Amino acid sequence: MGMLRGAIVAGDNVTQIRPKAPSDESTAVSFLLSFYRSQVGRKWIMALSGVAIVGFVFFHMLGNLHLYEPAGPDGVARIDEYAEGLRAIGEPIIPRSGLLWVARIGLLAAFLVHIHAGYSLWWKSRKTRPVRYDADRTWVTASFASRNMVITGTIVLLFIIYHLAHLTWGTVHDDFIPGEVRHNVITGLDNPIVAGWYIVANLALGLHVLHGIWSMFQSLGSTSPRLAAIRTGLATGITALIVLGNLSFPLLVLTGVVS
Amino acid sequence: MRVNLRVWRQAGPDAPGGFETYQAEEVSEEMSFLEMLDMVNEELVVSGGLPITFDHDCREGICGSCGLMINGQAHGPQLGTATCQLHMRTFSDGDTIVIEPWRSSGFPVIQDLAVNRSAFDQIIEAGGFISVATGSAPDANLTLVPKVAADAAMDAAACIGCGACVAACPNGAAQLFTGAKITHLNLLPQGQAERWKRTEQMVDVMDEFFGSCSNMGECTTACPKGIPLEVIAELNRDYVKAQFINRKLTAQD
Repeated sequence: MGMLRGAIVAGDNVTQIRPKAPSDESTAVSFLLSFYRSQVGRKWIMALSGVAIVGFVFFHMLGNLHLYEPAGPDGVARIDEYAEGLRAIGEPIIPRSGLLWVARIGLLAAFLVHIHAGYSLWWKSRKTRPVRYDADRTWVTASFASRNMVITGTIVLLFIIYHLAHLTWGTVHDDFIPGEVRHNVITGLDNPIVAGWYIVANLALGLHVLHGIWSMFQSLGSTSPRLAAIRTGLATGITALIVLGNLSFPLLVLTGVVS
Repeated sequence: MRVNLRVWRQAGPDAPGGFETYQAEEVSEEMSFLEMLDMVNEELVVSGGLPITFDHDCREGICGSCGLMINGQAHGPQLGTATCQLHMRTFSDGDTIVIEPWRSSGFPVIQDLAVNRSAFDQIIEAGGFISVATGSAPDANLTLVPKVAADAAMDAAACIGCGACVAACPNGAAQLFTGAKITHLNLLPQGQAERWKRTEQMVDVMDEFFGSCSNMGECTTACPKGIPLEVIAELNRDYVKAQFINRKLTAQD
């Protein structure tokens, strides 16, 4: 164990002026890989991808609020127009759905890296406690949300797959009509079991995002007292907006307010 | 008062361990937790048993030797103190107290409740030296340190390396310890010459032994010295800066 690193050997330490011996593979790719290999670097990448995902989730919720907008004079639901608008951004300079695909690929990359970082770090941590404590732990600071990130994250992951199959691909939807978002949402969420699953998943998402946003400041190394003063409020506020907005869809459809 | 103890007994590093139950009679409220264990050990020796092994030294909360998981809390239910500063008045007559060693693959059990914390020493060693100008004594106040930096560095330097942060952490992460060591030197002018090299090396060694921090904050609650969570943010920031700065230095070759 004592010979883990050259730096631990005293003689080496004295002569070593450069922090690490220069290697042939000091390219940007190998730098990123070795950065990702360290747990602190991985947390950075997890935090940054988390920022991208929370940004997406927030604007996804905002965009969906078009569901509540009354239809225009042409009778087309506003949310259908909005969905079509997302595909048509930049036409004809950019091919149809071009920007949408750029965003989708970026988002998919952020999700994949976030998921890998999350599970791999959880597994690494788990392995460092081969013998668990026998006594029940008394948690003083660690919140319910922070202790259950891997569980809430898994619920959200399963939900995302279901949600894509439900309202993007329509494979698990009984009455799916491509492009008719309002129709698909209302017929899709009319079922109490489906709506219940949406509600549970969004509560899990809320817990995940609540600790995630708060934790992000710490992972990105923010020691600013000004940010420290607002970060609990910021995490709670963003979480509340996302959860309230997202929960409103299944609840209002289920209760028949939106039909 | 009288308390029931459920104590982890393990003959050696590779021996299987298990819980044994003991009854401590006539415990005085003024006894420290370790004195109570001393008393149980005396009775064990008299009755021909093997005493319970546990680490201890100064018994005044400054050496960092003692450390027990008491009823699922590192250093017991009293916050901001080490096990030796915990008194039996914290417990009630008839209580059952579960005593376990720190649980971490980075802290293998030596015997019973004593664990090997040399992984911490290896993190410290990886930090290496700091360069100081030797020669005649420097003028007083030649190196100016802002009061806030001196205070924050001193707060971080209060770490006694007991390992409660790792023990309390649901992830078994050592970020609070390593963060304290990194912060204490990185905030001071004396620590600047080797700042980036030290940060990267200490964190990399930490990585080999311990879990990954997910900012739950249980470490800082368990810490007998109240090391703040900010030292972890400091570690995260300096580690990433070190990645860039150290590579810039190597690129100069």
